[in-house]
Amino acid sequence: EFRRFSLERSKPGKFEEFYGLLQHVHKIPNVDVLVGYTDIHGDLLPINNDDNYHKAVSTANPLLRIFIQRKEDADYSAFGTDTMTRKKNVLSNVLRPDNHKKKPHIVISMPQDFRPVSSIIDVDILPETHRRVRLYKYGTDKPLGFYIRDGSSVRVTPHGLEKVPGIFISRLVPGGLAQSTGLLAVNDEVLEVNGIEVSGKSLDQVTDMMIANSRNLIITVRPANQRNNVVRNSRTSGSSGQSTESSLPSSAPNILGHLQAEEESDEEDIIIEDSGEPQHIPKAAPTSGSIESLSQIELLHESTQNGFLPSGQTSLNHSAGSISMECEVPEPGPKSLEEDGTIITL
Amino acid sequence: MRRFLRPGHDPVRERLKRDLFQFNKTVEHGFPHQPSALGYSPFLRLMAIGTRSGAIKLYGAPGVEFMGLHEENNTVMQIHFIPDQCQLVTLLDDNSLHLWSLKQHGGGSELREENRFTLKGPPGSPPSATQVTAVLAHSSREVLYLGTESGNIFVVELPSFQVLEDRTITPEAVLQRIPEDNCNRRSCELVEALQEHPKNPDQILIGYSRALIVLWDLQNNKAIHHFLGSQQLENLYWQRDGSKFISCHYDGSYTQWPVSSDSRQSEPLENTVPYGPFPCKAISKIYWQTTKNGLPYIIFQGGMPRASYGDRHSISVIHGSQQTAFDFTSRVIDFFIIFSSDPAAEFDDPSALVVLAEEELVVIDLKSAGWPAVHPPYLASLHCSAITCSHHVSNIPLKLWERIISAGSKQNIHYSSMPWPIDGGTNIAPDPPQRDLLLTGHEDGTVRFWDASGVCLHLLYKLSTVRVFLTDADPNDNMNTLGEDEWPPLRKVGTFDPYSDDPRLGIQKIYLCKYSGYLAVAGTAGQVLVMELNDEDAEHVVDHAEADLLQDQEGYRWKGHEKLKTRDGPVRFEAGFQPFVLVQCQPPAVVTSLALHSEWKLVAFGTSHGFGLFDHQQKRLVFVKCTLHPSDQLALEGPLSRVKSLKKSLRQSFRRMRRSRVSSRKRRGGGGNASEVQEANAKFDQDALQEMELAPVQRKIEARSAEDSFTGFVRTLYFADTFLRDSSRHCPSLWAGTNGGTVYAFCLRVPPAERRMDEPVRAEQAKEIQLMHRAPVVGILVLDGRSTPLPEPLEVAHDLSKSPDMQGSHQLLVVSEEQFKVFTLPKVSSKLKLKLTALEGCRVRKVTVANFGSCKTDDYSENDLAVLTNLGDIQIISLPFLKLQIRYPCIRKEDVSGIASCVFTKYGQGFYLISPSEFERFSLSTKWLVEPRCIVDMPEVTSNNHVHNKPGTENAARKSSPSDGGEDERKSGRLMEHALLNDEKVLKEIQSTLEGGR
Repeated sequence: EFRRFSLERSKPGKFEEFYGLLQHVHKIPNVDVLVGYTDIHGDLLPINNDDNYHKAVSTANPLLRIFIQRKEDADYSAFGTDTMTRKKNVLSNVLRPDNHKKKPHIVISMPQDFRPVSSIIDVDILPETHRRVRLYKYGTDKPLGFYIRDGSSVRVTPHGLEKVPGIFISRLVPGGLAQSTGLLAVNDEVLEVNGIEVSGKSLDQVTDMMIANSRNLIITVRPANQRNNVVRNSRTSGSSGQSTESSLPSSAPNILGHLQAEEESDEEDIIIEDSGEPQHIPKAAPTSGSIESLSQIELLHESTQNGFLPSGQTSLNHSAGSISMECEVPEPGPKSLEEDGTIITL
Repeated sequence: MRRFLRPGHDPVRERLKRDLFQFNKTVEHGFPHQPSALGYSPFLRLMAIGTRSGAIKLYGAPGVEFMGLHEENNTVMQIHFIPDQCQLVTLLDDNSLHLWSLKQHGGGSELREENRFTLKGPPGSPPSATQVTAVLAHSSREVLYLGTESGNIFVVELPSFQVLEDRTITPEAVLQRIPEDNCNRRSCELVEALQEHPKNPDQILIGYSRALIVLWDLQNNKAIHHFLGSQQLENLYWQRDGSKFISCHYDGSYTQWPVSSDSRQSEPLENTVPYGPFPCKAISKIYWQTTKNGLPYIIFQGGMPRASYGDRHSISVIHGSQQTAFDFTSRVIDFFIIFSSDPAAEFDDPSALVVLAEEELVVIDLKSAGWPAVHPPYLASLHCSAITCSHHVSNIPLKLWERIISAGSKQNIHYSSMPWPIDGGTNIAPDPPQRDLLLTGHEDGTVRFWDASGVCLHLLYKLSTVRVFLTDADPNDNMNTLGEDEWPPLRKVGTFDPYSDDPRLGIQKIYLCKYSGYLAVAGTAGQVLVMELNDEDAEHVVDHAEADLLQDQEGYRWKGHEKLKTRDGPVRFEAGFQPFVLVQCQPPAVVTSLALHSEWKLVAFGTSHGFGLFDHQQKRLVFVKCTLHPSDQLALEGPLSRVKSLKKSLRQSFRRMRRSRVSSRKRRGGGGNASEVQEANAKFDQDALQEMELAPVQRKIEARSAEDSFTGFVRTLYFADTFLRDSSRHCPSLWAGTNGGTVYAFCLRVPPAERRMDEPVRAEQAKEIQLMHRAPVVGILVLDGRSTPLPEPLEVAHDLSKSPDMQGSHQLLVVSEEQFKVFTLPKVSSKLKLKLTALEGCRVRKVTVANFGSCKTDDYSENDLAVLTNLGDIQIISLPFLKLQIRYPCIRKEDVSGIASCVFTKYGQGFYLISPSEFERFSLSTKWLVEPRCIVDMPEVTSNNHVHNKPGTENAARKSSPSDGGEDERKSGRLMEHALLNDEKVLKEIQSTLEGGR
């Protein structure tokens, strides 16, 4: 069942008011529901407090698509990244309702409700003194937000201690992705970019490599502050320097493969055919032949990771002050979809 | 895991790669950067030029050239050929002497350094004691005389550089025989000149700076004569018969002295200040040449009136009543006269004056009336106006070649017809494989056409676009205006003219169609000229069209330069390429890409705002497309060139600063000794290091976005006949790639030939591809059904290429600065990619398809991509599978202008600028290799007595020279014949189409 109505973008109000509005619009005043929305990347995310409600309204572009589920039918795993690909499971869960009567008053989202912005990876194969950080640039408008510089570091070599040139993080931009992760800091030495060692490369080369990999940047650093390292039992904490150096090359090929496999998905280009009509045809371009043009539904399912916008949304009306919303109430079993023309202005 | 496996090592492919690819830097074209010394051997008829970077280059007959490099990279101060030998000695500014030899090796001659030597004084003596100021290579070929600052003349044995201490000529010994009253110890400081008596090798003339000149008897170790001038001495010159010599002086005078055996102190015969009576600059070098008619040629450098003409770089020639001061646009380094070197000849009979100026070589014919210049076959000043772009066209059809040469010969009528006088050695290189043209665009709005087929880069024809426009300078302003009674009688010579009247005239892009003779040239102020080759002078109106690249955008203001004003009415054009249409881009930003399709008669052009297509047959604009991102203020408002020029001027001023620091350190006669200099050096480096640490350079790491500046900048344009809409019908198309990683494809409808003038050309946008990594698109290419790049326009029509395969499916190759991608057509889906930047941290700067032939078999060749990266590496990447074949380091990565200037040829060769005036030529192919191969024969020398020996060898050298010239002519004749025979049918056809088209 669909409802479409508009909201003042600049004054979204409080979540409770919005919740009440939804109940009013759908004429379900006393039914407890879970509210979710699809964000610009097609992920289904929850609306359950003022903050994520405001986030949802502010990111509407211009349509905000709201999904409402009866609370007793709901499954929390429906939310989060990759939700649409897990739809099947969602449905089976919906069909087999559990007892969720007791809810804490304040709902805190599950980990999968959040899209990752960064992660520490490969802890098992890296030396303790190193940290491999992955920055997920796609999915946020935040800048990567850091600077690098030339510098020198001391290495243990067969000839004793030696000063060698290295690349270091020189600055973090406040509010940038790099700073908000808390995993990178000024004066961390950059050792690798997406699995490729930077030693012997110039500052400009490393800059170019990072920018070329910016959509899925994985940098291995030796943190300037070594106190927050992950400590593993197998190693004594004293070991650093030489041992770390020797362990790097052996693991590199492994990592490289791992990285390449992961980045494949976010590399697709966009093609627009026959500019005469505003007909964006975003096209995943797999090596296995061509895919016919995608319907809008497919797009919602497909585009979770691809990072481009379904055409329908971008080409719709751009009324300045208000946004229009589409609400969908999924019901178990086969359902007939009908559109209600009710428009309420707050 | 499959994708992580390294591609298998295929031994067959590895062997094939060895047969196909090979990297060589083969020859340097153009004029040496910062020349510092000149030498000439009348015996070998070879000229040597030394540079401030320690290079030494020898030139003889066209194609005969050698190069050597001093390890120290120090400035070459002097060059002296050893008489009658294939050897020369160089003096560097670190006071070291180097002996070089031409040795035969493997069929050709090679220049090699044999020995080096630095004069050492006794312990504790000041460095000036051994600072060499004058060098005399004695005709005995056994010793060098080294005059020093201290006044001592050391004798050094060759080739061992053994100092013969007992033969040192000390000031004390010299003063012994000279009356005390007019000379003292100080008169003998600093040896300025050493000259051997032309008839008697046992006598040398020693000139000291303080005007004392001594004729020294080497046998008896005593002064025979002494001569006392009144002015500081600059140089000395013996007259041919040894009865007189000339001295020239600091005050701009010269003095003739008689050498008679009776009196021990002589009075001057004549003392003249040629440009007096007001104070004059020094005459630094002088020649006195005798002739049959009795009137001598007096040729000297400098001597201009100090106040009014002190800044001129001049060489004056006086012959009877004729007097000309050749006025050079850059500093004169040195000069020499080519004259009869046969000692039996009674007179000098000078034939040519050869002047090495800082920026060019000028040769003046002294035999012809009016003393015209001789057109040099090599050492061309590429930078007579700064090079702004270059374009290479391989395998020029003979007909077009001849037409360009004929147009050029009409421009060269004021040159002398004298054969090139420096003609030593024999060129034994095989004939160039094909006729190649290198076109250079210049800052002053000219395009120069160079014969780049062989070792000598030779100017064929010069095209100027200036006539189309109204500029401040009058184009009829003749360089050689000479007033009747003007004094001094200055005459401008040479072509070096670095001052551009208007930077907007600068040429940015060139495209020549070798089959049709159509040429498109685009410049800094958004001007695009389409030209046609005409063998006659013509006067016509140039059609004018405007292309508003911002037409659907509003509210923008261009803050860059204005467009150039055009001339109204008909304009007279000389024979050659004559413009018939001018397309003016609006805003008049620099044209960043250009493509011409001579078969469809279309020209496409792009700027930082967008691109357009012009039909030059109907003279109608087909369409324009704005590529500008609305928020891109930087691109909107001003020319990119402003940012660039600021950067450039900063760079240059830094360079100047550095240079001045270096040169002040290197100044001759500076008090500091070597260790002090080193210390200063180290301190300088340390300071620089500290400076770096204080202000660390940092780089911002950010993903590219659509809002970045200059995303709309059109980097590449490409015409292709391919499948754009569906797989059943192919159609003409235009492709454009931008700085922001967008590729636009337009479907074109070109009317058939019979209705070409009646129906308009139509265009419709068919595709737009946005590369997700948003890196600048630097190349677009369509591969046919056989994965071969589509042929050039008219190539198939002239049967010079197989028709493209239109059966199999076509593929689109998009090269961005960061990666290579192959897409299918007409449905665009990505097929293959090769990432460069993400893996190696380097970016594509230049990319071309090149054809590589196997050196083993004639029937195998393949197409690959030749790629130059921003690190100066060259990579060869296979087509269509995008596999890296091989990688060669080529240019230093710091040499940004070298990398920017690189141009590849279609057969795996390339050129890049190693200085503003020199192209380095390199080859990636095993098959096509243009490099000097030459031989310098050493005539047999049987006796050490040079007076008796000389006539024979000189005769031999002289005899060989005319035959050399003859052989050259024969050779070029053979080349033409060869080309004709090879593809006569093809050429006839080209000829017929060319004539039919007119």
